[in-house]
Amino acid sequence: MTLTPTHEPPSDEVLREVALTRDEYHFAADLLDRPPNPVELGIIGGMWSEHCGYKHSRPLLGRLPSEGPHVLIGPGEENAGAVDIGHGLAIVMKVESHNHPSAVEPFQGAATGVGGILRDIFTMGARPIALLDSLRFGPLDDRRGRYLANGIVGGIGWYGNCMGVPTVGGEVQVSASYRGNPLVNAMCVGLIQHEQLTSAAASGAGNELILVGADTGRDGIHGATFASVDDPEASHRGVVQVGNPFMEKLLLEACLEVLQTTDAILGLQDLGATGLTSSSVESAGRGGTGVVLNLEHVARRAAGMTPYEVMLSESQERMLVVAARGRAHEVQRVFDKWGLHSDVIGEVTETGLLDVRDNGQSAATLPITMLTDAPTYTYPVERPAYLDEVGPLDLDALPEPDDPTSAFLQLLASPNIASRRPIYRQYDHMVGANTVIAPGGDAALLRIKGTPMAVALSTDGNGRTTYLDPFVGGAAAIAESARNVSCTGARPLAFTNCLNFGSPEQSAAYYQLSRAIDGMAAAARTLETPVISGNVSLYNESGGEAIWPTPVVGMLGVLDEAEWRCGMGFANDGDEIAVLGAGRPRLDGSEFLSIAHDLVAGQPEIDLVDEIAVQRLVRELIAGRLLSSAHDCSDGGLAVALAESAFAGGLGVQASDLPTSGRLDESLFGESQSRIVVSYPPLAAAAVAAAAATLSVPITPIGLVGGARLRIGPIDVPLARAEQAWSQGLELALAGHAPPG
Amino acid sequence: MNAAVVVFPGSNCDADTLHVLSNVAGMHARYAWHADTALDDVDLVVLPGGFSHGDYLRTGAMAARAPVMTAVRDHAARGRPVLGICNGFQILLEAGLLPGAMLLNDSTQFRCEWTHLRVESTQTPCTSAAGNGQVLRLPIAHAEGNFVIDPDGLAQLHDQDRVVFRYVSPDGKRSAVANPNGAIDDIAGICNAGRNVVGMMPHPERASEAALGGEDGRAIWDSLLAAAGA
Repeated sequence: MTLTPTHEPPSDEVLREVALTRDEYHFAADLLDRPPNPVELGIIGGMWSEHCGYKHSRPLLGRLPSEGPHVLIGPGEENAGAVDIGHGLAIVMKVESHNHPSAVEPFQGAATGVGGILRDIFTMGARPIALLDSLRFGPLDDRRGRYLANGIVGGIGWYGNCMGVPTVGGEVQVSASYRGNPLVNAMCVGLIQHEQLTSAAASGAGNELILVGADTGRDGIHGATFASVDDPEASHRGVVQVGNPFMEKLLLEACLEVLQTTDAILGLQDLGATGLTSSSVESAGRGGTGVVLNLEHVARRAAGMTPYEVMLSESQERMLVVAARGRAHEVQRVFDKWGLHSDVIGEVTETGLLDVRDNGQSAATLPITMLTDAPTYTYPVERPAYLDEVGPLDLDALPEPDDPTSAFLQLLASPNIASRRPIYRQYDHMVGANTVIAPGGDAALLRIKGTPMAVALSTDGNGRTTYLDPFVGGAAAIAESARNVSCTGARPLAFTNCLNFGSPEQSAAYYQLSRAIDGMAAAARTLETPVISGNVSLYNESGGEAIWPTPVVGMLGVLDEAEWRCGMGFANDGDEIAVLGAGRPRLDGSEFLSIAHDLVAGQPEIDLVDEIAVQRLVRELIAGRLLSSAHDCSDGGLAVALAESAFAGGLGVQASDLPTSGRLDESLFGESQSRIVVSYPPLAAAAVAAAAATLSVPITPIGLVGGARLRIGPIDVPLARAEQAWSQGLELALAGHAPPG
Repeated sequence: MNAAVVVFPGSNCDADTLHVLSNVAGMHARYAWHADTALDDVDLVVLPGGFSHGDYLRTGAMAARAPVMTAVRDHAARGRPVLGICNGFQILLEAGLLPGAMLLNDSTQFRCEWTHLRVESTQTPCTSAAGNGQVLRLPIAHAEGNFVIDPDGLAQLHDQDRVVFRYVSPDGKRSAVANPNGAIDDIAGICNAGRNVVGMMPHPERASEAALGGEDGRAIWDSLLAAAGA
């Protein structure tokens, strides 16, 4: 610790360490009417960091719609949001980033990201039933890129597999924009009966605070402030924590057992960023109370730790429990059974203060409200100049591919399109015995035991689209995640989100953040899917370059009858194939443009009226049992969507007479929102067409399912050959081999 | 039929196994805690999958020394059926109730995927109702399923018909591609000399309901029920 014990105004270096500006320091001193002492300065810096205080994003986040008939707990109220799914049950969910730690130590950085989001869910009293991970990597032809990618995937699997929570979905994109700053967004979904929802509030003076789990060490100090400055690679190895999923599994089982067997627990809060500081402050903030902490009762991993270090340690696998006065022993008895160490370290007060004591000596005394209300910043929203450079796309300057089949195979092998199996086979995606649609489909589908229902889950977000048009990118993240959910037959209900952007103090990144949130809000209103939780990760840059703006949306849907589900694979020889939706395929911002022409340009589009109609149509067709398959037409365009349905079903495609207009590469590989590839028996064709006409959704016949070849316009290739390119593309890239020729 | 599913700290397939034993197989199933010392009331003991004690030291090593294992040994010594699935198999190896050991998968990675198994012996309570040579489609989920055993031990397994399952292709043929972890002789499951203790890496409890993609795992429960009735 470099803070001096005096109360002199701190040096620039000290302020940088706690991530406060000099103005913020003076603001804090004015609020206190005295200079903060060094421990207090560290606490204020942690609580006012972007990670905890959302000081740059809070004013913008209010634009997202957060109300709806199913919402039980909205954003910011508790550790995670909750949605009513019927039958007296609720889904609790949240997504959170662990980008900066993963850039430094990928395995542990990603693993502890999973650990943190799991705790956010079971502090609500819910049993975690699913994990999803939205990942962005730098190029895999670079040794460090592969080290980060393989380490991140390994860490996610290590933690989730040991916990026995299935990793059922997510997405991966690779781009040079994430070279120095990969993204790791972990989402967790829990299931609970309404009446068992548990608060993280510390209420009722005299109630006892129990710290349970791992001992407190020097690891991870300044993790929150580290996540709120740029260039994580510079100096921060010591702030990355090391996870212990076994300890967390014991915490999970012990906490749920206490909640189910006693009513002695009044509140549960995990220790995440800034550790004991934010957990005690946020609990007291929710309860409108204060807390006294007696640090000498905190079990230590190292001798000689200062109050500053104890308050800001980010040692993993710790929980703060608020137990009814005099009943701490009932709670601790269960922790003992599970072999967990716990101590009573303080109590709830009516003072409204965070009162930190060490062996009876006051170490910090700060008003809770001062800590929970970080100062906020807004900046002018100015359209950055780069948009005028990347917007125009001159198609006439781009030759069409000479050999469409070879262009198609190259696209299938792209790390952004190739099979994700090399990743998800490292994740236990079946434990829990609920996984009905496993990774690889449009959305994961989990049955809810004891009911006929299933829940569908999907994460989506396209950095390239958002870079080209932040509003469209934000809207598309909502639209596509909802479309993936709808393709299983489920009705999108609510979403959680993680906003990964560059420094908000740079005007381009602030514009991207503001406009992406506007786009998300517009789509969420149209699709009637409110936000219930989220997380913001800013300062994602390295070497002075911001990442592509990357909003990630985790969508929840409900399918009333799991048996009605629809998969993405073609099912029967002779089924008709058609595209639903009005979206017009364009090369703007497409994967093809990037792969074939090394170009990121154009103007992506979305029409939310088309979007809501095509999703409604596909759900109606699935509920009417008319479809054999449904699959979102996304990256790589129609040709890739047809191939993916063919691989999933093991059946070929006969679509040599593909209707085309304009450029062939546009028809085959052009992308658009609001398109779904479906197949159905010929007998159902009239009913499908009638339903589409009723909802005014265009339906375009494509061809037939069958044979052992993919015949798509001029493309003609054996199914097995195409599947080989697709199934090996990512596997070879992760292993450092060139893509198949 | 009364069954106990043993819960060690870190077990994570305990609930799935109890669910299938109770709701699919129709047994009277209960949990047993690793610190318990009596299993006298049950006909079947199942050691479920998971990461007992976090896989620290060696997979299954600490669980093999839990108090409940004395009761499991007594149960086995009386000739009653014991089934170890995945981590449960690893625990039976560490406890010395089955011979051999596990190495890291030859891929060096955790693998969760569907595999095909050939029933190599129907002379166990877990396979008594299956057909000899029958191919079952069951998923695996492990990082350490690469079974090894010394040449004498392997010869003994062969001579005594104690290889219960082998990894095969969907059409029942042995091949390097069909073996997901490098296990010697493509071995996926074995039994003890008394034939009542069976260990297997794949998860029958994950393939016992059509909604989850397959019901071949029922062959195991049907066999256990048939063996108990006989």
